[in-house]
Amino acid sequence: MRSIVTRKHSRSAVCLLLALCASSFLLLTGCSDLNNSFLDPKGPIAAAQKTHFISVTLYSMIAAGPVFILVPYILWRYRYKNKKAKYTPNWDFSGLLDSIMWGVPFLIIIVLSSQLWHSTKTLDPYLPLESDKPAVKVQVVGLDWKWLFIYPEYGVATVGELAFSADRPVSMVLTSDTVMQSFLISALAGQIYVMPGMQTKLHVKADEPGVFVGENTQFNGVGFPEQTFKAVAMTGDEFDQWVTKVRSEGVALNEATYKFLANRSTAEEVYKAIGSSSMPEQVTYFNKVPTSLYADVIARYHTGKAIPLNEQPGGALYMAKDASVATDPSAVNVPVRGVAP
Amino acid sequence: MNPDGTAVGFFGRLSWESIPIFLAIQNPTTNEIIAASAGMIVLVGITVVVALITYFKWWGVLWSDWLTSADHKKIGIMYIVLALVMMARGVLEGAIMMAQHAFGLDGGFLAADHFAQLFSTHGTIMIFFVAMPLIAGVVNYMLPLQIGARDVSFPVMNQISLGLTAAGAALIMISLVVGEFSTGGWQGTPPYTGMAFNPGTGPDYWIWSVGIAGLGSTMTGINFAVTIYKERAPGMDLFRMPLFSWTVLCTAIIMIFAMPPLTVATATLALDRYLDFHFFTNDLGGNMMNYVNLFWLFGHPEVYLLILPAYGIFSELVSTFSAKRLYGYSSLVYATMVIAVLSFTVWLHHFFTMGQGANVNIAFGIASMCIAVPTGVKIYDWMATMYQGRIRLSVPMIYMTGFFMLFTVGGVTGVMLANPTISFQVHNTLFLVAHFHNVIIPGVVFALLASVNYWFPKAFGYRLNENWGRVSALLWVFGFAFTFLPLYAVGLMGMPRRSVTYTDPTFEPIIMVSLFGATLVVCGLGCVLAQLWVSYRDRDSTRVPVGDPWDGRTLEWSMSAPPPEYNFAIVPQVTDRDQFAVAKERGEAYPEPEPGAYEDIVLPKNTSIGMIFCIAATTLSLGMVWYIWWLALISVAVIPLALIARSFYLDTERVIPAAEIEKEHRQWLAEVKSTKAVTRDLEHNPMNRGLASLESVEGAS
Repeated sequence: MRSIVTRKHSRSAVCLLLALCASSFLLLTGCSDLNNSFLDPKGPIAAAQKTHFISVTLYSMIAAGPVFILVPYILWRYRYKNKKAKYTPNWDFSGLLDSIMWGVPFLIIIVLSSQLWHSTKTLDPYLPLESDKPAVKVQVVGLDWKWLFIYPEYGVATVGELAFSADRPVSMVLTSDTVMQSFLISALAGQIYVMPGMQTKLHVKADEPGVFVGENTQFNGVGFPEQTFKAVAMTGDEFDQWVTKVRSEGVALNEATYKFLANRSTAEEVYKAIGSSSMPEQVTYFNKVPTSLYADVIARYHTGKAIPLNEQPGGALYMAKDASVATDPSAVNVPVRGVAP
Repeated sequence: MNPDGTAVGFFGRLSWESIPIFLAIQNPTTNEIIAASAGMIVLVGITVVVALITYFKWWGVLWSDWLTSADHKKIGIMYIVLALVMMARGVLEGAIMMAQHAFGLDGGFLAADHFAQLFSTHGTIMIFFVAMPLIAGVVNYMLPLQIGARDVSFPVMNQISLGLTAAGAALIMISLVVGEFSTGGWQGTPPYTGMAFNPGTGPDYWIWSVGIAGLGSTMTGINFAVTIYKERAPGMDLFRMPLFSWTVLCTAIIMIFAMPPLTVATATLALDRYLDFHFFTNDLGGNMMNYVNLFWLFGHPEVYLLILPAYGIFSELVSTFSAKRLYGYSSLVYATMVIAVLSFTVWLHHFFTMGQGANVNIAFGIASMCIAVPTGVKIYDWMATMYQGRIRLSVPMIYMTGFFMLFTVGGVTGVMLANPTISFQVHNTLFLVAHFHNVIIPGVVFALLASVNYWFPKAFGYRLNENWGRVSALLWVFGFAFTFLPLYAVGLMGMPRRSVTYTDPTFEPIIMVSLFGATLVVCGLGCVLAQLWVSYRDRDSTRVPVGDPWDGRTLEWSMSAPPPEYNFAIVPQVTDRDQFAVAKERGEAYPEPEPGAYEDIVLPKNTSIGMIFCIAATTLSLGMVWYIWWLALISVAVIPLALIARSFYLDTERVIPAAEIEKEHRQWLAEVKSTKAVTRDLEHNPMNRGLASLESVEGAS
């Protein structure tokens, strides 16, 4: 009686597990029509990452596949009740089997390692992308809980939207003016950390015009889920018009505006407080950007002097002091618990 | 002084507003009520436990038989009880987060800050106060029995380790009732957890609870390693040790080398927060990258510290329940050692995306992938052990089957994540969350639950209920699969981890599947409790006094169940690897000793020093978290004073006379003689009194 129950359990368990594994792998390789996944790549880097992902999966299955097949088989074949099966209680070593066990995974790892080496070198986010047109230069500043995109060549900046020309690569330098964050536009390329007082680099390119989701993936407080933005690839003409529009309709990005931006607030709250109706929803345009703004943000942490707690952008005490700078103080999100001093 | 410069009073920065229950009364939103009810559950739980102990007049027994005992077996059981209590909280927190996600499309019922506390406590609890104490508990109980020792090398230090772990766990529980926990995740990465961004009590609770538990674990590691080096029975060479003991040796070595970086990381973060140091601040040359490196220099070996004993447990199970010698013993030993060494060379794969050069990423990426080789060898070795065996699919083997199927998926995704190219995309997403749950739950948790089913009869003298065990094992296996395999998909679709809400409606149905799975896991945990209760109720029909209910192969099965407090009446002479199995084959498993073979046994006396450490560490931490400096000072003074006082106390051992041992042992041998041996198909029958009959090897070539 007992062993029948056991057998039933084992068979159904094994079948269901196999079905689950299979369906999850279908999901992995088969999805999706969203514009925020590298499985549906919209740029050359993400496409190469997807290819690499599938290749690694397939090679790994050479070593993993036998487990899925042989474990259920062995469990069934050598079950206690099956007295017909061969029983070798003292067999505990075979040189040939051992060399296969060590050798095959080792060979797979050699193949995968060479692929890893090659792809890591060629897809290094610091490498400029080849193109016959010059890259769009963008300086990215991570703030709590929004991204500030500065276009040094055009003297403009935005919060909530990264616009660029689809026929030109984008060359980004990134820093943070608060805690550590991680910048990701999954459909175009992988992520890179941004850290205060330091600079990282990222190069991306889109295949064609389109809108992609960009986000911060490193938790940085209660506004974290809302720290997303639209990466908008445009045609060359559209991009020129966009620059002109931002130049003419933006808010001046002076010291006071920056101090307001540096508070804990989301892109939506910034838009509501200082944006205008000519800007897209949740996107704020800035003009008259000081050329040294990005360098100043990094330099803030290298003066050799301590930054008082109430002068640290994004800090818990910063908000209290500088809320008066905001044109609309009520727009500043006051967290419920856990962050107030 | 408070961070804003105001002076602190007699109770530091503690005020009525620090208590969530009062906040909920003032502002009864769903979020506040959940926070307050969690606090209430802790208070009610403590009240009920205290009331029950008082009602049954158990205080004396609890104090003299358990809390002050230096017996490794009792300490082991206390570790496991602590872990199970914490596991109940950790699993429920996971389920609440899953529910929040299921209803979290553009909202949900939890506030972002509360959600952040949940993922921080969930991670901290599951690693430091579930996985670690479960392992410390099982090892404490079984290691000395397996290697033929009468206790660990340092029984009092063992008690102190438990006390420090319990203090850390107590702090996390107290943070539910008073104040709030960190929102910085289980890593507590600065500068987010620094004074500028989080001046509240949260990060301080995290620092003290993890820091103190970490000190306890360092001492545990030293204890286990020395025990293995010095306390083995005569004839037990290292290469005759059961594989579980081998993995414990590797784990102990990892503990000794990997816990100190954690201590340094938490201590320097504490210096930043309390004394305005600038190790990891944004300004004055502080560098958060140093913290990330230090933390993962601990954090990566940590996961191998957890998984290696699990591999050891699986090695024991597969051999016992296949009724066969373990295939490739030497291979498994070398694979374990290779993993232990490699575990210190791969920490950087936790932050391929921090901006270091491609060459650095390549080196660490390849090192990480190399771990797949010895791990794969282990899986194949266990399959070869089952091959041509006589497999009984008992509860531990159901867990092991789940492990084979699911852990392999986790291994494949691990190889993927070792590729910087892929990590750049899926780092910090739910893909990563799915991966590490995929290795830790089917690997560590399944092994430990299996080991509880396997070794319970040895520790308590009666078997656990098989049917409840099967139901709970299946619920755990399927619950896990339904909860976490879908998370791979949403992760690939770009959902970041630690996000309280999301805006993409395609995630919702997939996360609903996860919520269903989480419900199964909660039921699985419930069934474990039901199993414990039913087994306790029916214990008279499942007793195994002879001590070998599963036809075991190693020394721990060669004594009565439960074992006498001195473990071995006569320390055995070891001649072979599967010592007990070989002895049974030769008919020498229960030898009649010569009259003069017994001698007096010296055991450590009870001591309250572990409890003193536990209480002093808790009050020290509370004093530091709440800036109640006088409390912290008194607690700091108590610890060295207790140690000095203890050093003047010379009467620390007691002697059990040989005559008493002989009487007990001969009584047990008489019971062995009068017991009827059973074959394996009667394993779960009341006739199984713990004496295994030799199975005929029919069918063997």
